[in-house]
Amino acid sequence: VNRPGTVVEVGRATPPILVHNGDSVVLQRFPVGTRVVYPPDPQTGLRDPDGAIRRALLNPLDSEPLPALLHAGMRLTIAVDDISLPLPPMRWPDVRARVLEAVLDLAADAGVEDVEIIIATSLHRRMTAAEVLHALGRRVFDAFWPDRLYNFDAEDPSALVELGTTEQGEVVEISRRAATSDLLIYVNINLVAMDGGHKSVAVGLGSYRSLRHHHNVHTLRHTRSLMDPPRSALHSSCNRMGRLLESQVKIFKIETTLNNDTFPAALGFLNRRESEWTVKDRAMARVVAQATATMPPAQARAVFQRTRAPYALTGVFAGATEPVHARALESLYSQQAVPVRGQSDVLSVGIPYVGPYNVNSIMNPILVYCMGLGYFFNMYRGIPLVRRGGVLIMTHPCREEFHPVHHPSYIDFYEQVLSQTRDPERMEAEYEERFASDAWYRQLYRRSHAYHGVHPFYMWFWGAHALEHLGDVVVVGGDRGVCERLGFRSATTLDDALEMATQTVGPHPSVTHLHCPPLFVCDVEPGGFETGVP
Amino acid sequence: MRALECTPTLPGYALARVVGGTRGGPFTMLRLAHRPPPELPGEGWVRLHPRLAGICGSDLAALHGHASPYLGALASSPFVPGHEVVATVAGEGGRWSAGTRVVVEPLLHCGVRGVLPPCPRCAAGEPQGCESVAGDGLAAGLQSGYCSDTGGGWAGEMVAHQSQLHEVPGSLDDRDAVMVEPLACALHAVLRNEPGPDDLVLVVGAGTLGLLIIAALRHAARPRRVIAVAKHDGQRRLAGRLGADVVCAPDVMLRTVRFETHARLVEGRAVDPFLLGGADLTFECSGSASGLQSAIGCTRAGGTVVMVGMPGRASIDLAPAWHRELNLRGAYGYGIETAGRVAVEPPRRTFAIALEAAQALRPGRLVDDPLPLEDYQRALDRASSAGSRGAVKVAFAPRGDGG
Repeated sequence: VNRPGTVVEVGRATPPILVHNGDSVVLQRFPVGTRVVYPPDPQTGLRDPDGAIRRALLNPLDSEPLPALLHAGMRLTIAVDDISLPLPPMRWPDVRARVLEAVLDLAADAGVEDVEIIIATSLHRRMTAAEVLHALGRRVFDAFWPDRLYNFDAEDPSALVELGTTEQGEVVEISRRAATSDLLIYVNINLVAMDGGHKSVAVGLGSYRSLRHHHNVHTLRHTRSLMDPPRSALHSSCNRMGRLLESQVKIFKIETTLNNDTFPAALGFLNRRESEWTVKDRAMARVVAQATATMPPAQARAVFQRTRAPYALTGVFAGATEPVHARALESLYSQQAVPVRGQSDVLSVGIPYVGPYNVNSIMNPILVYCMGLGYFFNMYRGIPLVRRGGVLIMTHPCREEFHPVHHPSYIDFYEQVLSQTRDPERMEAEYEERFASDAWYRQLYRRSHAYHGVHPFYMWFWGAHALEHLGDVVVVGGDRGVCERLGFRSATTLDDALEMATQTVGPHPSVTHLHCPPLFVCDVEPGGFETGVP
Repeated sequence: MRALECTPTLPGYALARVVGGTRGGPFTMLRLAHRPPPELPGEGWVRLHPRLAGICGSDLAALHGHASPYLGALASSPFVPGHEVVATVAGEGGRWSAGTRVVVEPLLHCGVRGVLPPCPRCAAGEPQGCESVAGDGLAAGLQSGYCSDTGGGWAGEMVAHQSQLHEVPGSLDDRDAVMVEPLACALHAVLRNEPGPDDLVLVVGAGTLGLLIIAALRHAARPRRVIAVAKHDGQRRLAGRLGADVVCAPDVMLRTVRFETHARLVEGRAVDPFLLGGADLTFECSGSASGLQSAIGCTRAGGTVVMVGMPGRASIDLAPAWHRELNLRGAYGYGIETAGRVAVEPPRRTFAIALEAAQALRPGRLVDDPLPLEDYQRALDRASSAGSRGAVKVAFAPRGDGG
């Protein structure tokens, strides 16, 4: 049994805490009394992952075994999660490759010839051939790429089909190939609780027309939180769409969960608590902190982006969407849930070098915003870790840097939209459609490797709940001009940031720091910590 | 009389490119001199006492050695600069009585030079294209302020032909009046290239001319949208106040125009990025090669680029202009306007339109506190760095009574 996550209170003897700082890390002393929430230790991976996968396919939940669903002459489509999962990309073999190999073996045994594999990119950027090769493996790649293994194109009208509208008027429009197949198999990596379930097909293979029904300000304000699907309006919408989909398309879902062994041995100190660091860990932490802080940003980024996670498979579940997802969530929470009692005035997070939308790319200011307010703020079930009107302190250099190929519409969003408004509702009303329909963005999304024109809006909407909830956001080490554009304040040091936070939450604020990644989700219950530390 | 006298020489020109036209020691091109007032060239000419005389970008280009040699051949030396002039009539002359406040329309065309019959351009009502400016009737000079016979506004006295004068209405103060000449330039450029109601117009550069082009677009035309490109914060604020819908810095110009026009941005190795698609009509007001290159790169196929700022020698890739079949046009000075929303039959002189427009636009708000001629060094430095200091137009008060 792995050691559960824990909350450690900083004392006078507590060593400096490691805080992610974009393409670097810093060793930071927190005030006495600060709570540091640590992730659980990694669970032991399944001893025989390939065997577990095969068993799941043969003994599915609420479904006939996969071989019974496969037959010669059928039309089979397999969809897989894209580059946004897992984070960082996992070292070979990627769990998607393992699952695909097993599924394709069964399909071959059944004589299925019409097989296509779709990378469920939704409105994300197309994966490159090298990225697909890494995720799916040489055997699958050579056999299928590029004609029968390809990125989804949500802007190809001929490749989409509208299947109807839900009882709440939500248009369901997805990949025509997937919708017209005799069987659609979806292979998930459930890195966080937001992933999987009905969201996979409805979003991963959905069009902008369809996504806009849940990727909007109203829905995301009522998504509390993204990591708590039963309390997420976004997931409720996806569930309605998914049920409509399942009434017309035979779907076989395969969800996988990983442990949180996030960083390889060389960066093993990032997985461990500072109080348990070895001499080597301490030395490595200092070397990495100093080296990456003094390197040019692009070089430091390259160092981290080469990292491959040694994730191990902890669960694989196959069959009907809802029972599969329920089991996957159970497995995921058993690895990631950390009980926390009480909210605090201030929540501190270090924004790491990678998020879902900057794998092999640059974490631009809008993605920093999304990581802080969209993801880390939402890493809770129950109530937020920070009280209403509280302050979020992020640590990140927040440079005005954008990847011109991956994020072209982000650059214009930053220049043209954020210079006018930070109000998500106004953005949605005045600007979203324009970005979504821009022919140049569409072309770059379809032919290059750009995120869809509307994507930066979704990043902003992802933080809509946090924007309403928080009293202020301070970025330690953040570029002043960029922070101002984002509506944040920048501070040179954590002490300065805490001092600035007192202007919002009063003197002697209670502080919680999320020691993340490795990823975890806090089960927050009221009581116990609100009064602050004198 | 005291006058700022400019004597272009080759060493002075070369030195001016390095240290500026007023810091060349013995080779300096501009100096404060005491010289006799210019003679009246003939009948119909009057003496003027300049009240305010503006410093134009073309003056600075000449003094800093950046002006095209082409223009040097169309000036006579030594000359007293200053073609943006509000003055008092100093003596009786034709229909003008002493003490009348006037602005000078500085073109030295056939009518002013007494050339008969007039050249074909003047005869066609296009005096800005006059073919007599190389020396017929008067010494060479495109305008007052570049002609050794007439003098210019940077002096205690100058001469002008009565046909060059326009009475300043009492409702305009001297600062408004000294802006009538550049406003006329802007109106001329806009009226000769009037945008349609669906057109998106790009204005590159937000010095005096760029800002007045924006004002003229709002006053005399009805474009769908105006994007202004301005280097400095103060210029951006003014551009917005004068009517630009979108204002951006030069480094984001391409993306801003792309965003506004839904054009396609093309980036490649060894080539400056450019748009496919873009503005319908672009006014290039910076006079710089980079400004013109960007203007060409941001204007859609079949669109028009109007060179309003005075260009010089430049290395520019004209392939996009060729490929897009752009209309690449100059807009110089003023004359008689026959088209445009505010021009009504019979054709009207641009200056008359500008005087009317000035009463609505009050361009005097763009003029800094005037300086005396003795402070010419400071004045020219201020004018050279006007944008970064939040200023627009710097002017002399040659007799100390303007402002």
